[in-house]
Amino acid sequence: MTESLNNRLAIDVADLTVAYRDQPVLWDVDLNVPSGVLMAIVGPNGAGKTTLIKAILGLVSPAAGRVLIHGQPYADQRRLVGYVPQRGSVDWDFPTSVLDVVMMGCYGTLGWGRRPGRRERARGMKALENVGMLDFADRQISQLSGGQQQRVFLARALVQDAQVYLMDEPFQGVDATTERAIVALLQDLRAAGKTVVAVHHDLQTVADYFDSVTLLNVRRIASGPVEEVFTEQNLRLAYGGRVAFLSRDAQADGSTGQSDTASSEPVDDVITVQVDKPIDTSLRPS
Amino acid sequence: MNFSPQVEIQIIAAVVAVACALPGVFLVLRRMALMSDAISHSILLGIVLAFFVVEDLASPFLIIAAAITGVITVALVELLHGTGLVREDAAIGIVFPALFSGGVILISRYAGSVHLDTDAVLLGELAFAPFERLSVFGYALPKSLWVMGGILLVNLVFIMLFYKELKLATFDAGLAAALGFSPVLVHYGLMTLVSVTAVGAFDAVGSILVVALMIAPPATAYLLTDRLSYLLGLSALNGVASAITGYWLARWLDASIAGAMATMSGVFFLLAFLLAPTRGIIAIARRRVRQRWQFAQTMLTIHLLNHEGSPEAQQERRIEHLDEHLRWAPSFAERVVRYAERQGAIQSDAGDLTLTEHGRQIARDGLSMSEASPDQRSEFAVS
Repeated sequence: MTESLNNRLAIDVADLTVAYRDQPVLWDVDLNVPSGVLMAIVGPNGAGKTTLIKAILGLVSPAAGRVLIHGQPYADQRRLVGYVPQRGSVDWDFPTSVLDVVMMGCYGTLGWGRRPGRRERARGMKALENVGMLDFADRQISQLSGGQQQRVFLARALVQDAQVYLMDEPFQGVDATTERAIVALLQDLRAAGKTVVAVHHDLQTVADYFDSVTLLNVRRIASGPVEEVFTEQNLRLAYGGRVAFLSRDAQADGSTGQSDTASSEPVDDVITVQVDKPIDTSLRPS
Repeated sequence: MNFSPQVEIQIIAAVVAVACALPGVFLVLRRMALMSDAISHSILLGIVLAFFVVEDLASPFLIIAAAITGVITVALVELLHGTGLVREDAAIGIVFPALFSGGVILISRYAGSVHLDTDAVLLGELAFAPFERLSVFGYALPKSLWVMGGILLVNLVFIMLFYKELKLATFDAGLAAALGFSPVLVHYGLMTLVSVTAVGAFDAVGSILVVALMIAPPATAYLLTDRLSYLLGLSALNGVASAITGYWLARWLDASIAGAMATMSGVFFLLAFLLAPTRGIIAIARRRVRQRWQFAQTMLTIHLLNHEGSPEAQQERRIEHLDEHLRWAPSFAERVVRYAERQGAIQSDAGDLTLTEHGRQIARDGLSMSEASPDQRSEFAVS
């Protein structure tokens, strides 16, 4: 395992093509994610961002291509990978408690048939503490708000104690406090040498939150460090003509409302973004 | 070990009820309740076909063949649904009547002389169950008690062994697959369980009761608890209660036992639906009413707070004024004022309203709630 971890590429995707029937969702995507980066995957609706995450995890079968996690196929590296699915992908009325959901992250190491015990409980509580949800351990999950649900999912991924984290829209529908808490958590993970790849929607915050970015629109447009890749030209390629680039002044009254919308993706045809200067965080709602 | 036939019937019914309720919990949670209907009917084809091969109604091959038919039903439904041309509920509605009617035609055409008749298929023969006995380990018990006892044991062991896998695959199939627990395997394991249970129960209580006992007790228990383990226990208890009370209802009415048991499972559901402490209709209605008054009170206190100390306060805090400013009918305004007074939020002195400290707090809480992010606000939403 140490040997496989030494592989510099945390995720190595080559020639990945995924199609639903005859409609290609991902077309010949190459993606190299170096170990220890915090990478955003951005792209318009229907760009295949979720499909890319699912294909890396083997949840959808590709028509072509291969995926390696630290040099080995995913099936051999399950323990190294933590997964945070979209919050809306599960039934939050399911009869179970917060701690129970978090402990599901331990199921992989337990294997078939073995029940979680005291050790898994302790790990679950520790993870809940890390996401500031310790007081909610025994809460029924249907009583959680959107931000709390997201924290629970993150805690569950923490319990997996993985090397590589794949997150599908971890900031979707969360309040500003939770967003800051999640960012801090992701940066802690990176500081601990983990690799994090997250589907992200708010182009305004890409440069603040992440060090690397992949622009995707069925094909991979560009991938690499934010300062090199997150350019106006690449954004135009990914989003077509639908990106408006605003100066800082014009942005002042239009920049809020992106991260705290409850809808899954920006619905406007025009997406505003400023790419060449860091975003003034004081504009963000607190 | 000999009980009177009526006690034996109740024991069989109770065992059937528990055996059905356990896999039924997962059917309800997976939103696959209709699948129990499909399986419990289509297994008839398997029974009939196996009967033609072995020509013995008591053969265990009948159960095996029927269980296989049940799993084939599930596979056919998924195949049809997977084409993307038919929705899942329609796929169920197409597959199981086809298989079931195949069984019905074969019985009516070739097996008229054996006791496989359509009445028995739909309603079972619980009343006759004690007459067909089987001696195992020296105990001569009704055959259906042995069969259903065995199936109950299999269900219990399966759910205990794979409790964690069933829970994960039901709650989050994506994570289950990512962690290497094949949700497909879990799904077909559960469907095999449902099929075997349906076959066993079908013989004793008929296909209508199989559906009633698989779905109604879990749906009832779901209104009463929010823990999976309690849900399983409560479903089993509720199934037993339906079975026993149904038996006595049938005795009293001199009617079909299976029909009475299904009726009682419906009655228990209705009771929970109305009276469940937090999820029942009555509890929800009472909560709504209370929230309506609390909301009106918050509006009133905010209105008063906004004008406290201002020049127009004198005028704004008159009860008659609420009609104009909050658009409240005078009678409603009066009731809100009385409610708020009872809660100690305001004091009314001949129609002149002043806030108490408690009332100010209510107003401030109300204001901070509306300023909270949409995310925090959702915590206060009533679902």
